[in-house]
Amino acid sequence: MDQDIFVVIEHLRGQIADVSYVMLAGARQLTQDTGGKVMAVLLGHNAQGLANSLAADGVLYIDHPALAEFNSDAYQIALASMIKERSPRLVIFGHSSIGMDIASGLSAKLGIPVVNSCRTFTADGKFVSQICGGKIMAEGDLPTPTALITMVPGGYKSEQGQSTQSATMTAASTPALDGIRIRLKQYIEPDTSDLDIARETMLVSVGRGIQNKDNIELANELAEALGCAVSASRPVVDQGWMPTTRLVGKSGKRVKPKIYLALGISGAPEHVEGMSDSQVIIAVNTDPNAPIYNIARYGTTVDMFDLLPVLTDKIKQAR
Amino acid sequence: MKIAVPVKFVPDLVEELTIDPGGTALDTSWLRLIINEFDDHAVEQAILLKERVGGQVIVAMAEAEGADDFLFASAAKGADQLIRLTGDFSSSNNHALARALADLLKELKPDLILTGVQAHNDLDGSIGPLLAEYLGLPYVGYVAGLTAAADMVTVRKEYAGGLIAEMEVKLPAVLGIQAAEQPPRYVAYSKIRQVMSTAKIEERAVASLDLSGGITISRMFQPEVTERATMMGGSPEEVADKVIEIFKELGTL
Amino acid sequence: MEITLSPLSPSFSKTFITSLYELKDGERIRTCLQCGTCSGVCPFGYIMKFPPGKMIGALRAEIFDQVIKADSVWMCISCNACAAFCPSNIPITSALMTRAKEEMLLAGNIPSELQAAMENTQRYGNPLGESPRKRADWTAGIQPEVNILSKTRQPVEVLWFVGDYASFHSRMQPATKALAKILNALGVKFGILGTEEFSDGDSQRLAGERGLFEMVAHKNGQLFKKYKFNEIITTDPHAFNAIKNEYPALGIKYPVRHYTQFLFERLEQLKPLMKKEIKARVAYHDPCYLGRVNGVFDEPRALLTAIPGVELVELSHQRMNSLCCGGGGGGMWLDGFQWEKAHTRLSEWRVREALTVNADILAVACPYEPPRFEDAAKNVDAGGQLKVREIAELIAESMEG
Repeated sequence: MDQDIFVVIEHLRGQIADVSYVMLAGARQLTQDTGGKVMAVLLGHNAQGLANSLAADGVLYIDHPALAEFNSDAYQIALASMIKERSPRLVIFGHSSIGMDIASGLSAKLGIPVVNSCRTFTADGKFVSQICGGKIMAEGDLPTPTALITMVPGGYKSEQGQSTQSATMTAASTPALDGIRIRLKQYIEPDTSDLDIARETMLVSVGRGIQNKDNIELANELAEALGCAVSASRPVVDQGWMPTTRLVGKSGKRVKPKIYLALGISGAPEHVEGMSDSQVIIAVNTDPNAPIYNIARYGTTVDMFDLLPVLTDKIKQAR
Repeated sequence: MKIAVPVKFVPDLVEELTIDPGGTALDTSWLRLIINEFDDHAVEQAILLKERVGGQVIVAMAEAEGADDFLFASAAKGADQLIRLTGDFSSSNNHALARALADLLKELKPDLILTGVQAHNDLDGSIGPLLAEYLGLPYVGYVAGLTAAADMVTVRKEYAGGLIAEMEVKLPAVLGIQAAEQPPRYVAYSKIRQVMSTAKIEERAVASLDLSGGITISRMFQPEVTERATMMGGSPEEVADKVIEIFKELGTL
Repeated sequence: MEITLSPLSPSFSKTFITSLYELKDGERIRTCLQCGTCSGVCPFGYIMKFPPGKMIGALRAEIFDQVIKADSVWMCISCNACAAFCPSNIPITSALMTRAKEEMLLAGNIPSELQAAMENTQRYGNPLGESPRKRADWTAGIQPEVNILSKTRQPVEVLWFVGDYASFHSRMQPATKALAKILNALGVKFGILGTEEFSDGDSQRLAGERGLFEMVAHKNGQLFKKYKFNEIITTDPHAFNAIKNEYPALGIKYPVRHYTQFLFERLEQLKPLMKKEIKARVAYHDPCYLGRVNGVFDEPRALLTAIPGVELVELSHQRMNSLCCGGGGGGMWLDGFQWEKAHTRLSEWRVREALTVNADILAVACPYEPPRFEDAAKNVDAGGQLKVREIAELIAESMEG
């Protein structure tokens, strides 16, 4: 292959999004197999400091006030000019609110094919995309000479996209960033008082096995350590231990987080209906015959009251 | 305000999906199609907006089994104009579909185009941003809620973790809808039946599809499924370590 | 509550009441005594802003739009207790409540769970949102094989209309298999519609979706026409009710019985097959649409007492005065809504009644009930000792001996 792989770094308000590291990890894997260099593409304004943690062979940086915040118009103009100028082998975007706003538009603008939802690359340099809610994988050769990719997490570990050694920064030429039709007015912090569990990417969910209201605190502590929300099955909500807004299932919300940690949930169809689309279900239930194990990817019959404090501690340490 | 909502059907995941004997595509003989859920939200958002500021809503889609039912249901909800693209879409991709829709929208000249932010079978890009580029319009996706003024919309764009960016977008524009301000409404079946006898679906023939920009699939397969959960044994400490490993693997820690 | 006597839209009240007159016995609404019996016997009457009696009052005062604006009609589980005890024989459930729900639905005022059930029925032909292709999956492993008419096209004595929950619900499937085994043991030549079967639509109709009901009824009617059989039996009292009382008006006329009636007719043949003793105090819960609405009280009881070892005990609400499980008439899809309003569940009341009479087993004959009562038993003190069994399950268990 022997051409550079560009990774468009995603960042918001001075924070690099985790998917950026996953993309770098994927790109590194691919260059190990097929050659070429990994170039992180950083667009921003006075954001050079963000490059420190990127595991890349080099960083291409465009500094411009119009790029201070994500803006699909400005990003597309800047990237189109860079791609035309440097003809990379591959440009990887996150399959996210940032990457998806720009990858397809660039495909249409530049006449370069785009591959969506790529999860991994094979050793011989093929893409493997995950479609139909994870039920189907599609594999193919990366289009030539240049291809755009949106990448979903799950295929690579973000640690492998991180580095403590700063890569060489190269200032890329800045095109005229005018004709911008989109303007950021303000950021609005998520309203945690009225949380929508249907939109959470991770849920710690409690069922009847939690036994009483006080025990919910154990789940809360774990969720806090993980930085995610707590949801519940019907009996827990009925008892008034959790608000209805947190109910998962037939009469509550349908959720599809990346991880659903089911604590003391048996897996009645009424509950399963609301969470079976979760990407990975981890079930903790002392009953080895609980139906939840028919849909969970991982399970353990360890008592949750023994597991939760240990798990919470270990997660705090891992953070 | 003239609002156009291009939508598409996707395989219904309620049915088991199978791969066709060629091994590069889904077996369509067993496929049931359903509206892309984000497109369903786009229709709802368009109707909510129309109810608020007035105007008309146009719903357009490529022909497919069940397309007419969906279009009539949209009319029963409040859509004013229904358009079905006809042609051979069997080997279509998103680039081709977006080009065909762009041709239609150039004629219709809507002020605002709302479409689902993504679909679960998008392989060669998503419809919204492709369409925006073919029409030379701005695009913002992951939109959940908007207000409209004469020449501008203010949208709420969602980022991971629940952070919301309020953005102003000049009209005309294309928006990728993540969620309507309210879940798609219900229309009684009798209302749909009534609309079927009064509403008309306009047909627009698409002569030929331009597939360029698409990608080639050499193999399609189902990921390994484990029938039952992989059980994690050992002490609470050992189980905790394994759970953390899974979190890390999935990039959530 | 404030009642405005300057009606906002008297015409709505007028059109609504006129639409009631067009329904069977609808004119009887004029004879309402405002005695309040309906509101008193209604299990949720105490919590409704407009219980049935007050709804009729609002109609007379021409302020019925207030009833539609309030959402209390969604507390109605169509159990028909109001109508059964009305001294003026007003069809309160079938006319007033059902029409009011229809108006709510047309206005788009519908709880989300109910909306999902309706959309699923439109799309998949069943309210659970299951793939119709899996409708006959429960038949796997049953010997002799269950005759699926679309495959065999053989004429049969009995067309068994299995129904949605009996086909799909994981708690009900064992009961469905049990009935298949019983029919096989009795040598009944029966067949099922398999993947072609549609929801009977009765609960959707009672929840106000008349158009959807007619759609599925016509689809089932087409299927009935296609195959040769002498009569229909059903697992679900709602399917029984729909085919018996509602389908004929749509030109779909077939003899139909609930499976308990069918088995009762063969009781003498069944008795010697039931060898294993089930030593238990068994309380029988009368399903609303088997008992109160269609008068089938004795056959299920006769089947239960024929099981060796069974001691039948009566619940305090029984027969005509039975207490709804909360699942009928769309209640199955209003659990969350009703819990929000009432913070109580009818199924839990019922489980407590069964515990009061020291029952070991609560026997049921409606597919909504086993999951509902089992769930309720988990939430009631000492409920863990109560088993919930479909009558077919008990018979099949006794036949295993």
